[in-house]
Amino acid sequence: MLERLGAPTREVRLPHDLEECDALVMPGGESTTMSKLLETSQLFDPIAKRIADGMPIFGTCAGMILLARDVLDGRDDQRSFDAIDIDVQRNAYGRQVDSFETDIVLQGHADLLHAVFIRAPRIVRMGSGVTALAEHQDSPVLVRSTNVMAASFHPELTDDDRVHRMFLDLVTTAHEK
Amino acid sequence: MAKQEHTTGSMRVQRGLAEMLKGGVIMDVVTPAQAKIAEDAGAVAVMALERVPADIRRDGGVARMSDPEMIEGIKAAVSIPVMAKARIGHFVEAQVLEALGVDFIDESEVLTPADEAHHIDKLKFTVPFVCGATNLGEALRRISEGAALIRSKGEAGTGNIVEAVRHLRSIIGDIRKITQADSAELFDWAKKLNAPLPLVQEIAETGWLQVPLFCAGGIATPADAALAMQLGAESVFVGSGIFKSDDPAPRAKAIVEATTHFRDAHIIAKVSRKLGAPMTGIAMDEINQRYAERGW
Repeated sequence: MLERLGAPTREVRLPHDLEECDALVMPGGESTTMSKLLETSQLFDPIAKRIADGMPIFGTCAGMILLARDVLDGRDDQRSFDAIDIDVQRNAYGRQVDSFETDIVLQGHADLLHAVFIRAPRIVRMGSGVTALAEHQDSPVLVRSTNVMAASFHPELTDDDRVHRMFLDLVTTAHEK
Repeated sequence: MAKQEHTTGSMRVQRGLAEMLKGGVIMDVVTPAQAKIAEDAGAVAVMALERVPADIRRDGGVARMSDPEMIEGIKAAVSIPVMAKARIGHFVEAQVLEALGVDFIDESEVLTPADEAHHIDKLKFTVPFVCGATNLGEALRRISEGAALIRSKGEAGTGNIVEAVRHLRSIIGDIRKITQADSAELFDWAKKLNAPLPLVQEIAETGWLQVPLFCAGGIATPADAALAMQLGAESVFVGSGIFKSDDPAPRAKAIVEATTHFRDAHIIAKVSRKLGAPMTGIAMDEINQRYAERGW
């Protein structure tokens, strides 16, 4: 999707992959697995440092869990980056049989956004520096701060590119500074 | 356009979970303690069952769905998705597993088939299904019945990767040929594969299956897992290979790392050291029951 919007992408599996990136997307998956692999691949500290230096980062679902300040129902040894001032609860919408798709209102857009939630995390607290860009069932599901965006759902599973565009705008703004 | 309200169980939601498991390892476990070891090692999901395939093979008899109590024990022990197996065609076992709230059902040839002509009508379910396939036709028949994920069958419980390689090469090789076929040849492909034409035409257009393709059956070492990934599998199932080895925890962790870094031989070399003995394994001419032949 980002390639389609003109932004070259690459996979980051090891620390040296990160050096070539101006911004990072943390996709969906299992946050416990990702947290472990960040450690074994020695990526956790370099990414934490880049985030602290202002690198734009976008986390979806499990990626959002990794960016949160506090994780409810996570494993004790699960580390998160504390990159955005939100607390999230894992699998808060239920198990896979409760996973769902629905239309949501995207702030500043007249057309509804179709969003897919897979064993999704719920944002249970949001700090004052964080803006909600979309909500569902009274919880924010898409949020941003200065250099971080996070979504409970999976914009990578639908064809609508508006959420990815929002992130690229954030990247552009961050690099102009 | 009318607003779509909260919808569960759609194909997109079912396939969505399969997408999230890509690049990972799904491990067979028979106890909550094994499930914890799997989660600690970085498994993206566990398969809860009473006996691993190697033991089913040794014990013989009829292999059925696991005791719900045992599945619930494993669900309570871990936060990652939990899968469980139903017999081919046994839609009531599938209904029970859905009622238990498992995250994925494996309609599996490792269990004794309950129906010799029909698979489960998976379109009727909210929970996603994974099914095995030995070739592209079988994969497309399962997708047309509603499978959200395909795994190459391999030969479960052998610790021998040869069948998994054969099945992966067959499925991916035919996908490659179909992308080169002209529109008239696609009718013949559908006939040869015994598969729905629209699905064959879709493959010609997209160059890949409608759902993710994982590998199962015979993976015993980190290098086996990386081999499956380099051949084109998008994740691996490891059954007997972990908990039938000498020292399961480090082997589980090593297979996870080798799957993540499947193109990096230095990392695979590093994680393959000092893992103790892998499961002994069996050559194909030593077995009298091929599970991969089950399924129609």
